[in-house]
Amino acid sequence: MFIKDYIKDIASALKSLATGMKMTGYYFTHHKEIITEQYPDNRDTLVLAERFKGEVVMPHDENNEHACTGCTSCELACPNGSIKIITKFDVDAETGKRKKAIDTWVYHLDLCTMCGLCVEACPTNAIKMAPTFEHSVFDRNKLVKKLNEDGSKVRAGVE
Amino acid sequence: MYRETEIIKDAPQFGEPGFGDLVINVGPQHPATHGVLHLIITLNGETIKDIKPNLGYIHRSIEKMCESLTYRQFIYVTSRMDYLSAHINNHACALVVEKGLQVEVPERAQVIRVLFDELTRIASHELWWGAMAMDLGAFTPFFHSFRERETINVIMEETCGARLTMNYYVPGGVMWDLHPDFQKRVKDFITLYKKKIHEYDELVTGNIIFQNRMKGIGYISPEDVISYGCTGPVARGSGVHSDIRKVSPYSIYSKLDFDEVLETGGDSFARYVVRIKEMHQSIKIIEQLIDNIPEGDFQAKTKAVLKLPKGEYYQSVETARGELGVYIVSEGGTTPYRIKFRSPGFSNLSALNHMIKGGKIGDLIAAMGTLDLVIPDIDR
Repeated sequence: MFIKDYIKDIASALKSLATGMKMTGYYFTHHKEIITEQYPDNRDTLVLAERFKGEVVMPHDENNEHACTGCTSCELACPNGSIKIITKFDVDAETGKRKKAIDTWVYHLDLCTMCGLCVEACPTNAIKMAPTFEHSVFDRNKLVKKLNEDGSKVRAGVE
Repeated sequence: MYRETEIIKDAPQFGEPGFGDLVINVGPQHPATHGVLHLIITLNGETIKDIKPNLGYIHRSIEKMCESLTYRQFIYVTSRMDYLSAHINNHACALVVEKGLQVEVPERAQVIRVLFDELTRIASHELWWGAMAMDLGAFTPFFHSFRERETINVIMEETCGARLTMNYYVPGGVMWDLHPDFQKRVKDFITLYKKKIHEYDELVTGNIIFQNRMKGIGYISPEDVISYGCTGPVARGSGVHSDIRKVSPYSIYSKLDFDEVLETGGDSFARYVVRIKEMHQSIKIIEQLIDNIPEGDFQAKTKAVLKLPKGEYYQSVETARGELGVYIVSEGGTTPYRIKFRSPGFSNLSALNHMIKGGKIGDLIAAMGTLDLVIPDIDR
């Protein structure tokens, strides 16, 4: 009985080995079904998913206007404190009233975990997540960004 | 700290118990431990006498952090606990907050959540399958499992915006609606999965070397499973009925048709088979839901500032590794007074010493592979 089991073991081992090697051979001869994927070096033609949460950006239109009113909803929603909004008071040219507006929208990319809660909280859709994925820099100060462009102002009609 | 002479003085002499024992450290940086787990192993020859897991290398005090975050904010942190089933962790947190607020989640949001939960479960089991085969010295399966997992990651990336730590669930529903391509992508994935799943059995399951290394290794009896508090595939491998989706169904799981996978072997191979079969069950759930996603809102209306009424809330869900429980004590404020996570990995790891004591050191890696440990989940 022992000899019988022994031979059976060897036979099943060879069979399982052949099954595994058959598949290895299949992939060896079918180069088109390649499994590994390369790092996306094709930056120009690469299309990432539109919702991909890479970093927070503030879109500006052609008149250099954005939709941020400086309400600090995003600052309150951020779990890591990676957003800091510095506000100022603008004087309206026509009515002469003092109006609250953003001075600097400081974004700490180094603290951000890309959770998307700021975008969810924004009442005017002034910020969004951009599909970028390479953020490494040599100086960490470069990760602290100012999102509103110089001389930009709130789009008319955004409250 | 010991000086050299003191070590020699403390060492057992000839004839004393413990003479000839070798204490080795596996980890905290070791390719076979899937993270920063430190195991202090006492060996006699090649036989394991004792294993002491040394934890805390990746402790980030998530429970304490959550006490200073609001009920919307704390969900994102839980993605970092068991990062392979991030969606399911977020689901537990969203459910417990909804329980406190008594919010009715729209049907569409519930279906979306279950779909993503099951996709996460498949992705997690596929990574486990590849990593476990790699532990045992087979490198190729890792690429095969990552081919299917990549497809799931693309689905996640398209709808949730991230591949691993999604933070897609919010109290009251999900953050955004599904991507228009979602159904097509999932159907493509199911086709690919069904076409390729036989390779898993051909490459690994049927392999005689693999079977000899798994069968009879790391045995744990049903009684010990219960006394150690093991859950998930570890418990079901020993025949303990423990699937939270069946035992105390949450979301829409009670309406779905799927089986709880039970094996009675109790060894590493049984746990392996449970996970492989669980992937088929997840596919079965996805197939039931993918054509029947109801129309409607994806998010219930909630207040801008969430405040849980004073009291205690608990909700447990079935992650890819076992039972995850979230316990919140609220004092009525905007942040929780206390949060406790009952993580599956911690209980499963505590049974490791019992499983492998008296075995060989090579078996340790095989047994630990089938526990599917995620260290950030254990340390939190």
